[in-house]
Order: sequence, then structure tokens, then C-alpha cells
Amino acid sequence: MSESNVIDERINSSYDAGFITDVEMQTFDPGLNENVIRKISAKKNEPEYMLEWRLKAYKQWLEMERPEWAQVNYPEIDFEAIAYYSSPKSQDDAPKSLAEVDPELLRTYEKLGIPLHEQEMLAGVAVDIVFDSVSIITTFKEKLAESGVIFCSLSEAIIEHPELIKKYLGSVVPVKDNYYAALNCSVFSDGSFVYIPKGVRCPMELSTYFRINEMNTGQFERTLIIADEGSYVSYLEGCTAPSRDENQLHGAVVELVALEGAQIKYSTVQNWYPGDENGKGGIYNFVTKRGICHTNAKISWTQVETGSAITWKYPSVILMGDNSVGEFYSVALTRNAQQADTGTKMIHLGRNTRSTIISKGISAGKGSNTYRGLVNISPKAEGARNFTQCDSLLIGDKCAAHTFPYIVSKNPSAIVEHEATTSKVSEDQLFLCQQRGIDPEKAVSMIVNGFCKSVFKELPMEFAVEAGKLLEISLEGAVG
Amino acid sequence: MLNVKNLKAKIDGKEILKGLNIEVKPGEVHAIMGPNGSGKSTLSNVLAGRDNYDATDGTVMFEGKDLLTLLPEDRAREGIFLAFQYPVEIPGVSNLEFLKTSLECLHTYQKKPLLSAVEFMKLAREKCRLVDLDTGFLKRGVNEGFSGGEKKRNEIMQMLMLEPKLCLLDETDSGLDIDALKVVADGINQLRSPDRSFILITHYQRLLDYVQPDFVHVLADGKIIKSGGSELALELEEKGYSWLESGTEQSANPLKV
Ligand SMILES: Nc1ncnc2c1ncn2[C@@H]1O[C@H](COP(=O)(O)OP(=O)(O)OP(=O)(O)O)[C@@H](O)[C@H]1O
Ligand SMILES: [Mg+2]
Repeated sequence: MSESNVIDERINSSYDAGFITDVEMQTFDPGLNENVIRKISAKKNEPEYMLEWRLKAYKQWLEMERPEWAQVNYPEIDFEAIAYYSSPKSQDDAPKSLAEVDPELLRTYEKLGIPLHEQEMLAGVAVDIVFDSVSIITTFKEKLAESGVIFCSLSEAIIEHPELIKKYLGSVVPVKDNYYAALNCSVFSDGSFVYIPKGVRCPMELSTYFRINEMNTGQFERTLIIADEGSYVSYLEGCTAPSRDENQLHGAVVELVALEGAQIKYSTVQNWYPGDENGKGGIYNFVTKRGICHTNAKISWTQVETGSAITWKYPSVILMGDNSVGEFYSVALTRNAQQADTGTKMIHLGRNTRSTIISKGISAGKGSNTYRGLVNISPKAEGARNFTQCDSLLIGDKCAAHTFPYIVSKNPSAIVEHEATTSKVSEDQLFLCQQRGIDPEKAVSMIVNGFCKSVFKELPMEFAVEAGKLLEISLEGAVG
Repeated sequence: MLNVKNLKAKIDGKEILKGLNIEVKPGEVHAIMGPNGSGKSTLSNVLAGRDNYDATDGTVMFEGKDLLTLLPEDRAREGIFLAFQYPVEIPGVSNLEFLKTSLECLHTYQKKPLLSAVEFMKLAREKCRLVDLDTGFLKRGVNEGFSGGEKKRNEIMQMLMLEPKLCLLDETDSGLDIDALKVVADGINQLRSPDRSFILITHYQRLLDYVQPDFVHVLADGKIIKSGGSELALELEEKGYSWLESGTEQSANPLKV
């Protein structure tokens, strides 16, 4: 039997996070109009300024067109068929502590391997839990407050910290940035808010777990992280959703602000439901993530993308301040009929700005994996440097990998380096492993992990292990 | 230990092995020599169970088991080790990780207790030293950027770690300098024992100067055409293969030794 037949035979694996939580929900009727936006805003007791912002964004969205340039195929989305708000009934009086949270919700997270009881939690990791449209609970808030760190749901921040919201919300990703970002601005439901004060090194890892549960709802969360001068924070987001035959839309916006000398490390382990082997169902993950670096600041994006039917995201860094640093480390795995078009944009504006891009794309089955990256060096970016490495690994012969590196350099002193490789998990490698007693499934996962090593080492320790396991599960049955 | 009878095998529909017989008893060292393209690597691949190498006729018994029905990984776990003629690279997977996984798979199957991390490291370092590889190699990717000779020494290092019952060495001596050749030979001699057997595929007498074979076979056009003692290798070195190919029939089963 040839290698490809062998690989074909067992491309089939389980999605562990595919269960549905049975709690009483209140979900808006599908459809989008001004009234729906007013209702979302009212539901959240938002101040007037926020409602105005949303309505303005909605008007702008109506005039925009759906982007067509990505290397992905999907039927037109009917925005009238989506419900824009859904929350568990029990959240009506926001629980103040874990003891008040609906136990069924807590069980959901236990099943996902995220124990929420503080004594059981990963030591040193604070978690914000977003379930469909609302933040359920944020742990370790008091402890963080001791060092002046604000970690809460965005809804809460809109009410409690209007001065920060007014100053920074939409400052990195403007409302009109793109179609899905504009939609998010008008209907965003919840997400996390982080503020690290001047000179503070955030005493623990912060993380948010996003869960889509309800049918036919879109999740439009929004995250805003502000690291004040000289501060440091490491933040991680995880995402899962039930296995359903319908496609669901996830249109998030993440904005990072790293003020002078600040460092933000943002890691993502994305495991939205990818759809079944025939491409039925799965999440459309259309996300805008961007950070801005002031002088001497640094932003690192690390992402491990194994889920979603379609992934469309380009975490980017605007290197505005002199000597600022942007990094992008990515592992994207597509199998079955999954499609990923992902990469980054590094916009060099300041002098001596530096960026590093390491992208590892893995395609199995009929998966399609595209790296799309832009390195833009402005005329003022004297001495700017970029290093880009894009590696693709193919498993089987029905999958595809594409690389689209765009480089625009308007400063002759800039140095831009690009390396790209494409390799296959070869029959020789598999046979070597088998000959040493290692079964092919374990061999593929070992080879893929080796391929991703330079990205995994950028993840916080606890999550590097998780990411490795996730890859292993996602690759289950990728060969025989 | 190993009994191969009338083995015929095809690669992509083309017959390469055309009725091959060989019997290897515990503790024996057999050398297989023969012209390029005669089927030596094919034999080792068929024995190890490589995909696309289809045995079409004959039997292969290994320690009383029908080898041809076993998965490649199970053959390895049963104690068959193949040192590759062209060892392949696995970038990013460290030798340590690879060896640890391999050893765990073998020990689990063989119901042996697994080594602790400390015991494993100690063993790995010791074996590295035996084949004269710097322990720094353990952290590097499997064969990644290794020189030809380093790759071969690494194969021997793996063999020393895994302690197989039957070692198939496919031209492990090719492309080695004199010192490396000695290292490889020492590695083999180190493992020689009354219950372990070797099949050495080689083109040169020089390995056999260090590792005395019990039997030497000549493989040509998919068959063993002549077998003898260690003196046969010397004769081959002197005369080449042509005198054999011209007409000499396989002598009345010299392999039943
Ligand atoms: N995939 C393949 N398809 C067709 N023929 C093949 C294939 N692989 C090997 N062969 C042929 O099988 C024959 C035996 O090859 P093999 O590698 O076993 O020879 P060998 O005795 O090991 O030679 P060498 O001494 O050069 O290593 C050769 O003629 C080779 O071309
Ligand atoms: Mg050969």
C-alpha cells in the first residue's frame, strides 16, 4: 500500500470539545438592525457613549463589502440568520464569586480541562471565562488588584473604567478597518479587559477561555490589553465549541497597546470545532488582532491554530516607536476540509524597529493552508530589520500549502530576510520510526511536534504541553 | 532464530528477490556480499517490513513467528533492528526524544520495566561514548546535519541502546574512515553474544577483518548463489563476482549449516 493510501485510510479523528452544555439560555432572535444593537447595549447597562459608538460602527459596516481576497472558499454568510446575543439565564444577576456560578457551567469547563476552583487551578494563572456572549467569571481579580492590575470583562470595564475605554477602544483597530471588525464594533458582546500599570510585571499569567455553545449564534468578542510604560504581561486565550452541522461565525477583535518600554506576550490556542471530515459544520473564525508598540516596546503573538472550518486572521504589530520589536510565531494545522489563511503584518514606522516571523503550516487530508504576510518598512524606519521563515509540512498528497509574502520596503537601510521551505512527512521517516518500534500515529505526531518546536518554545510552559497534546489529538488518524 | 525459505519479493510489481534461502542461528554472524543492485537492501527492507516491498512467495520465520504477517513496528519490538544504508533525517526531533520514545515502545511491548529519566540519560551518554559521538549529538535532531560517518555511528549507537536480537546492518561500513570503521566494528563485537545474531551487508573485506563472520553469502540477481566460511570473502575481494556469475549454480543447499 502506498504512503498516501495509508494516510488516507484513517484521516478521521475525534473532537473532544464537541459536547453541548444544557443550561437555560436567553438568546435574541436572529437578525441585525439598529434595534438589536440598542438591545445588546441595554442588556449590558452600557453608558450612552458606548451605544453611540456601536451605532456609528453599524452604519459604516452597512456600507462596506465582504473581503474576497483570502485563499478560502465558503458560501455567503446570511447575517440575518445569526443571533447576536446569547447568555445563560443564570447570568442575569452577575455572580460575584465562583460559588454563585451555575454548576452546570463550571462542569463545562472541567470537561474542557479548565478547572475553575481557585485552589485546583493551574498555579499562577488567572482566568476570564466567556460563554457565548457573556463573561461568566474572572478569577483572582482581587489578588491582581493588589498590584494595580485590572483584569475583568470588557462589559465591566466599559462601566467602571470609561476613561481607559474611551481612550483606547478602537485606537488600534479602527472601526472601519475591515468588514468583520466593523461588524464586531457594532455587535460585540463581551471579552476581556486588561490594564497593567506603569512598571508592573503582572504577577500571574492571564487567560481567557472562549466557548461558543448556543446554536446559530455568532460570537463577537473583543479584547483590549493595555500595558502601561515599562510593564509586562503574558496573556493566553483558548477557544472551543460544540460539534454542530451548521457553520457558526466567530468575529473577534483584539487590540494590544504596549506603551513605552512595555512588553505584551499574547498566546492563542485555538481549537474551535473544525467541522467533520466532509467539511460539514465548523466555525468561521474571522478575527482581527493588532497591537501597537511605542518606543522600546515589544509585542509577541504566538498562535497554535488547530480548529475552525475557516481561519482568517493576521495578528499584526504596528512598530510605531523607535527600537520597538514585533514577533509572530504561528503553528496552523489544517486537516479534512479545513482552510486556513493566516499570517501577520509587521508595519515598521519607527527607527531600528525589529520583527521576527516564524510560521509553521501543517496540512493533512484535503486541508488547505495559506501563509499571508506583509512586512512594510516606511521611509522613516531607518535601520529596520525583519526576518521571516515560513515552513510548510504536508502529510499525504491531497493537501495544499501556499505562501504569500508581501514585502514593501521604502527605506534602503532596512534589511528584510525571507526563508521558505516545504517538506513532506516522508515514507522514509515513517519507516525509520516504525523500524525503531514506534507506531505511525505516534511517529507523525513526533515529527510534527519537531517541526513546530521553534514555535512551541515561545508558549508559556503550561500551555506548551497543552498545545503538543492538542496537535496529537488533531492528528489522530492522520496516518495508518 | 531466522529462517528464510524460497523468498520472492516485488517492488512496484518488479520481482527483485527470486527465491532466497538463508538460515541464521542464535549467536551467528552472517555476511552478505554481492554486486550493486542485486537485492541486498531489498532483502533487509522485506525483513523489516517496509511498505511497497511485497513478499509474493516463500516463508520467513523469526523465533517461531511468521514474520511476514507482523507490522514493521512489531517486528522491531520482537527484536529485529535494521541499520539503514542511508539514514534519514527527522528535523526538530532530538535524538534523545527519538530514542526515549523508541525504547519505551520496545520495553512496553516486551513487558520490561521502563527506564527512569535518569537511568535513560546515563545509558544514552554511555552508548554515545562507545561510538565516539559527543553527547551534544543527543540534543540535535535525528541525523539532522550529521556527516555520513556520524549517521552510521548513530545507527550503531541506536543498536547499542535497543539491544535487538537480530541486527541487520546494511552497508554500515561504507563511507567510513579507518577510525570510524573500528568504532562500528567495536560496537558490533560489544553486542555479540550467544543469543544475538547479525547479518552484515557489506562490499568490503575490511569490516570482516574486525568482525569475524561465521558464514559469507553471495547474493546476485535476487538469489544466494554461493555460501562459505570467512575465507570466501577474501576470495571475493581478490577475484570479484564474475567467476561466480558465469554458470556457478547454488551449491546443494550450503545454507543448512
Ligand atoms: N522502488 C523501486 N522500484 C523499482 N525498482 C527498484 C525500487 N527499489 C529498488 N529497485 C531495484 O531493485 C534492485 C535491487 O536494489 P537493492 O537496493 O536491493 O540493491 P543492493 O543489492 O542493496 O545494491 P547496492 O549494493 O548498490 O546497495 C535494483 O535493481 C533497484 O533498482
Ligand atoms: Mg543496498
